[in-house]
Amino acid sequence: MDQEKIFERIVGVNGNMITVEYSRQVIQNEVAFAIVGDSKIKCEVIRVRGKYADLQAFESTNGLKVGDKVEFTGELLSVELGPGLLAQVYDGLQNPLKLLAEHSGFFLQRGIYLRALNRETKWHFTPSVQPGVVLRAGDRIGSVPEANVKHYIMLPLAWKGEWTVESVAAEGDYTIDDTMAVAISASGEKRNVTMTQFWPVKIPISDYVDKILPEKPLITCQRTIDTFFPVATGGTFCTPGPFGAGKTVLQHAISQYAEADVVIIAACGERAGEVVEILREYPDLKDPRTGRSLMDRSIIICNTSSMPVSAREASVYTAVTLAEYYRQMGLNTLLLADSTSRWAQALREMSGRLEEIPGEEAFPAYLESLIASFYERAGLVQLRTGETGSITIGGSLSPAGGNFEEPVTQATLKVVGAFLGLSRERSDARRYPAIHPLDSWSKYPSVVDAGDLNYARNILRRGADVNQMMKVIGEEGTSLDDFIIYLKSEFLDYVYLQQNTFDAVDGATSAERQRIMFADVTAVLKDSFQFEDKESARTYFLELRQLFLDRNYEKPDSDDYRNLSDRIKAKIAEGKKANA
Amino acid sequence: MRKVYHQIIRISGNVITVEADNVAYNELAEVTSARGTSLAQVIRLDGRKVSLQVFAGSRGIGTGDQVRFLGREMTVSSSDALLGRVFNGRGSARDNRPDITDELIPIGTPSVNPAKRIIPRNMIRTNIPMIDVFNTLVESQKLPIFSVAGEPYNQLLSRIALQAEVDVIVLGGMGLKYDDYLTFKRTLDEHGALSRTVMFVHTAADPVVECLMVPDMSLAVAEAYALKGKRVLVLLTDMTNFADALKEIAITMEQIPATRGYPGDLYSQLASRYEKAVDFDSAGSITILAVTTMPGDDVTHPVPDNTGYITEGQFYLKNGRIEPFGSLSRLKQNVNSRTRSDHRAIMDAMIRLFSDFRSTQEKQSMGFRMSAWDNKLLKYGKRFEQEMMDLSVNIPLERALDLGWEILADCFDPAEVSIKTDLIEKYWPKKS
Repeated sequence: MDQEKIFERIVGVNGNMITVEYSRQVIQNEVAFAIVGDSKIKCEVIRVRGKYADLQAFESTNGLKVGDKVEFTGELLSVELGPGLLAQVYDGLQNPLKLLAEHSGFFLQRGIYLRALNRETKWHFTPSVQPGVVLRAGDRIGSVPEANVKHYIMLPLAWKGEWTVESVAAEGDYTIDDTMAVAISASGEKRNVTMTQFWPVKIPISDYVDKILPEKPLITCQRTIDTFFPVATGGTFCTPGPFGAGKTVLQHAISQYAEADVVIIAACGERAGEVVEILREYPDLKDPRTGRSLMDRSIIICNTSSMPVSAREASVYTAVTLAEYYRQMGLNTLLLADSTSRWAQALREMSGRLEEIPGEEAFPAYLESLIASFYERAGLVQLRTGETGSITIGGSLSPAGGNFEEPVTQATLKVVGAFLGLSRERSDARRYPAIHPLDSWSKYPSVVDAGDLNYARNILRRGADVNQMMKVIGEEGTSLDDFIIYLKSEFLDYVYLQQNTFDAVDGATSAERQRIMFADVTAVLKDSFQFEDKESARTYFLELRQLFLDRNYEKPDSDDYRNLSDRIKAKIAEGKKANA
Repeated sequence: MRKVYHQIIRISGNVITVEADNVAYNELAEVTSARGTSLAQVIRLDGRKVSLQVFAGSRGIGTGDQVRFLGREMTVSSSDALLGRVFNGRGSARDNRPDITDELIPIGTPSVNPAKRIIPRNMIRTNIPMIDVFNTLVESQKLPIFSVAGEPYNQLLSRIALQAEVDVIVLGGMGLKYDDYLTFKRTLDEHGALSRTVMFVHTAADPVVECLMVPDMSLAVAEAYALKGKRVLVLLTDMTNFADALKEIAITMEQIPATRGYPGDLYSQLASRYEKAVDFDSAGSITILAVTTMPGDDVTHPVPDNTGYITEGQFYLKNGRIEPFGSLSRLKQNVNSRTRSDHRAIMDAMIRLFSDFRSTQEKQSMGFRMSAWDNKLLKYGKRFEQEMMDLSVNIPLERALDLGWEILADCFDPAEVSIKTDLIEKYWPKKS
């Protein structure tokens, strides 16, 4: 930039908040660098009061002094968008972590910022416009292949007005900084279009015609989700749960099997070890839909619990901005944030330093609106090209004490379309996924018949009632009919709701197989069985359950599968005979 | 020559405020009063006003007393000479031997790059069946011991320290009772482990600010040793005291408390310490075991609750035994498939049967009639509690697995334990 650098002076330091006395214009959310020795610490303006601006520092403020210089950039906190984002691992500010490791070894050294995209990689560009056409921001000038994605090169989204294309690069291999086109604005300004552009993370990319109601299910291959509490393509969901209930395992399963084109994982304030599993295992796992490595459709934004807190706050915005960028290409993206509670805590820490009047549990009063506007960045949209693209957002929540009444969970529940509540009770009983079948809900349509689903839900509810009752009056005092309902609800739980994530077959159930399985299971639920006594009823259902479970582990086209299906049929017939 | 300031304008709790220029955030200072000289650390800059937390506490500090800034941050020695020594929360010797001031390194350093981490893969043997068999400890794991006051958690820590196959032990004591400190020292000494141990001890009688330094000191030393290729086990006791010290300073600094008086950044503060646990590719490792006492045995209390979200599982120490339910090692799957082919099967079967035993016990206490199966379970449960759960049991993993088979065979028929047939054939003890 030719612009003259603006320096201001520090007047206060409190944890990761720096107060600066300014003399010229400052912008809310402007990026500034505090200079300590030879290193620069990235900061963001978060409040302006009188002649003072409060900045949150994205790294440790140790060693800063009153009177030290702060350089203001005049730019908002932004990310770089362009080919090469897929398969990358970034921190919350889009620093490429692998490159950083080559650069500075084991530790995340302060004040080192590297470029997000590789400037040497060559991409094969195919133009799609001719010189002379008039374009607006977001219009495509060509494309490059990136992994399995047709990555469109656009007129930068931030450009205003109409631009006439003067020249376009010929088909061939280029780096991201090469000029792909030259465009002239109505006022005669001439600019080069490269493959990359910047966009401020806290402002949504809204270059589309309309938002569409999300109704098509996003298949996650998790039976409890797709059948009972479905998630729509372009919808939102949350998975709150106490520690140890399996939130992260569930998120990993969704990220592996969900039918999305691009999956962005924001590991936000959680354990580093969990990200390491993704980093080390995904490159070797195959995406069943494309046959490519799972890593090729993933971007990982990783700002784990011991990394700087303010960057954690930025990380969810970084993640959603990348998702929006890929949505502009007509793709279905899935953003998984683990965990949004940690993000909210980062907000709380900053709010505390700003000495704002606290809301409930010291969370800032604007928490709800921030959560709402984050989830509102999800959605199925119709692009100006006529294509559709979507962002589905799933946030996990780590409520204090596992209590869903706390402010972050409550604020999230107001704005999501599906609530998958994980329960300690189920995880203690090793019933995984521990999504509570009675407390959870979804506003989206299921992959199975709605009538059957209602019937199954009813059985679960009544089964739970009977179970409660039995705890008081004992098994002896329960009628056989009630007992059978209880057994049916347990049967449904064991053979359908519970799913072994770590098994290659049972871990992922396609929509088609879910319909077949669910039909079989509902048939059993609807059949009227009569048994001589509770013991024979229990034994019968245990045997039936075992057959179903065994079948869950078999591939549908195998002999074992067909064999087990026959035995299930025979077993059901046997139960009905007892009835006759 | 550094300037000396005599203008203390505020004394509150353990925090003093002085007007000074050219002071860096987090810098150290020396405060000299009639009571002697104490270290202090800068915790806030506001124009010329500099707030410092005084390590020895603010008692006896006068408004005219002298504050001299040292122009450096808190450091600790990383020399091999630390082994066998005991230090306090300031890093000074507390064993009547000279201080060590070579190879100084800063404390509270940046996090490890997640891209440089590797998936943990080595088991740490402790010879405690409840750990080795049921919740295996893994190198580079961070695990708290959830307990309540009065439980023998410090005995458990020292036993693990003595028996774990590690190169160096770093013990960080926070708010330790003096007796407990002496017991630790004696136990390590008696078993000849003192020479591979470094101790940073803050006792309950020491100033509270020093308590805050203990985890950072211990972990900085551990990190330095790990980078030299050593396998380091860090024992911290008790992290609840550390959290309480954080709370005290936060309240003094008039920070808005989040839950039950604890500061809003409690999670981040704890995480930045626990996340120091790491297995360095091509160097050593840090494993952290930390006692967290739960006030009122309440796991939803902010300290154990936040800890549970950070650590990779937890050991529940209750009634002098490690509870099989609630205790969890999240990393055990990484290692227990490679120990012995029956490890997982024994682990699952014994816990399942023990859970059945517990419900039978309930039934028994409610006066229901005991069936033959119930009686088998009662016999099994009793043996399990005595021969597996009791903390005095001290046997290697393989022996513990064999013992598991013996107990099962003594109480049940092979068909009743639901273990895969091929394992039964291989391991079920043959009756002679």
